[in-house]
Amino acid sequence: MAQPVIHTHQLTRKFGDFVAVNAISFDVQPGEIFGFLGANGAGKTTAMRILCGLLSPTSGEATVAGFDVYRQNEEIKKHIGYMSQKFSLYENLTVRENIQFFGGIYGLSRQELKEKTNNLIERVGLHDEADKLVGSLPLGWKQKISFSVAILHRPKIVFLDEPTGGVDPITRRQFWDMIYDAAHEGITLFVTTHYMDEAEYCDRVSIMVDGAIAALDTPAGLKKQFNATNMDEVFLQLARGAKRSDG
Amino acid sequence: MKTFLAFITKEFRHVLRDKRSLLILLGLPIVMMILFGFALSSEVKNSNVAVLDYAQDDASHLLIDRINQSQYFSVQQYLHSEAEIERVFRQGKVRLVVIFPQNFQEDLLHTNHVQVRLIGDASDPNTSNIVVNYASNIFRDYQNELSDNKKLPYSIETETRMLYNPQLKSSYNFVPGVMTLILMLLGAMMTSVSIVKEKEMGTMEILLVSPMRPLLVVLSKAVPYMVLCFIDVIIILLLAVFLLGMPIRGSLLLLLAESLLFIITTLSLGLLVSTIVDSQQTAMFLSLVGFLMPALVFSGFMFPIENMPLPLQIISNIVPTKWYYSIVRAIMVKGLGFSYVIKQTLILVGMTVFFLGVAIRKFKIRLA
Repeated sequence: MAQPVIHTHQLTRKFGDFVAVNAISFDVQPGEIFGFLGANGAGKTTAMRILCGLLSPTSGEATVAGFDVYRQNEEIKKHIGYMSQKFSLYENLTVRENIQFFGGIYGLSRQELKEKTNNLIERVGLHDEADKLVGSLPLGWKQKISFSVAILHRPKIVFLDEPTGGVDPITRRQFWDMIYDAAHEGITLFVTTHYMDEAEYCDRVSIMVDGAIAALDTPAGLKKQFNATNMDEVFLQLARGAKRSDG
Repeated sequence: MKTFLAFITKEFRHVLRDKRSLLILLGLPIVMMILFGFALSSEVKNSNVAVLDYAQDDASHLLIDRINQSQYFSVQQYLHSEAEIERVFRQGKVRLVVIFPQNFQEDLLHTNHVQVRLIGDASDPNTSNIVVNYASNIFRDYQNELSDNKKLPYSIETETRMLYNPQLKSSYNFVPGVMTLILMLLGAMMTSVSIVKEKEMGTMEILLVSPMRPLLVVLSKAVPYMVLCFIDVIIILLLAVFLLGMPIRGSLLLLLAESLLFIITTLSLGLLVSTIVDSQQTAMFLSLVGFLMPALVFSGFMFPIENMPLPLQIISNIVPTKWYYSIVRAIMVKGLGFSYVIKQTLILVGMTVFFLGVAIRKFKIRLA
């Protein structure tokens, strides 16, 4: 088996007395679509911030793309992409300008940038909208562009924080097609979501409850383990036991 | 460096595309200069005057003529009795009433002593003071002309010269003031708002997970505003020189350098604000109340600091606008060189280092 792109062991983060992330351990393999589920306040966001190099853990170990989260967070940032639940492009820049900006801060060369910009516009099918302000586009498109921008610099891993919030089912389906394409190209996808049908699309799913990982397996494996017909039931069985919510 | 350029390009696009901000950034200095230059003047011109002339002789007529011809007055009404004085003041038609006694000319020439009464409307104390002063000057001039022919036994003549601004033009006062206010307001407010906006929109997160160093993110946001503020300085100076005819007596280069320093001071204040607050409204409010108010009160532009109670005088020292205002006046109006503004410059440098230091510290803590 190849070297995992994300490796954590007993990873813990405390805020004062509050243990936001409690000794989580898991590995994510290259090219995997890894679902990271949990109720609000379960500690998903904190864990993700640690893996993105935004937050130092209190204890435990973690490497992302082979780099240590304690010491090499600047290196980590070069090898990951990130797309947030909040919309993450600049509304008063055009599609093209957004692509140029994000390509620019990841240090792409002018030539590379030009190629990739045209590539991306082609792929998303945005010929006529490339020079329109992002603010004028529908949400579904924005999110597709957002995702394309997040993988523009060919990162090893992309973190998607509730990428499909507020989008209709058809667009969501199209969005997942893009995710599959990216996975085929060898990019690892680390996805948080509240949609259980989306959890079914993942290769493996972990469910966090109260800061700890309560279950981790393939969707099929989880359904079998909890004797459930769909992921919804699995999630409810686990989340019902939670002590924290909305924090 | 490439990432830095990409960032600055994007930031300029933001600014140039946001027409409202741009209008504020470039329109505000022009509007303020024109307002202060033509509409809001501390000179009192064309005050209406009423005259009660009991004398009706050559001397009184001559003086009334002179009052009327001066640019400060226009004689509106001739009164016939003291009872009318109260009425014209109540109606608010005049600022000043001049009363000549009976036998004005005769008494003046023969007894060498005569009284003219000036009655001002002190419901607006500053203005009435100024108006009465102007009028007294007209009488004094006339008296001097007369006494040229005769030798007075004792006389102390005061010769007054108003240095640096002999015509007491108010532009000498407000141009440095407007510069100070504009830079303070725009520098601090625009920077803090634009950074906080990224926080609000969630784009800050994206920037922070990018390989760009966080400090660089924040600093490069300040660059376009530095350029725009500098353009504002140039606009104000151009308007001052060519529209208001105010000279720049000292070194232009020194003035621009000091302005750049002050811009950096206000930008670091803006950065500091942006690390503290999380919403654009709060940032704007904090900049207005926290910076514009003290800038107005404590720069010495509107209210002389020497007249304030001691505690306020002490407080005024921690307001950066006071020092910049004094620098600009020294260079522009008095034509002084760098050696005269070293103290103020050093204070501004110190403040800038302090604000930037705290802002960077705060920023790092937030990330940890």
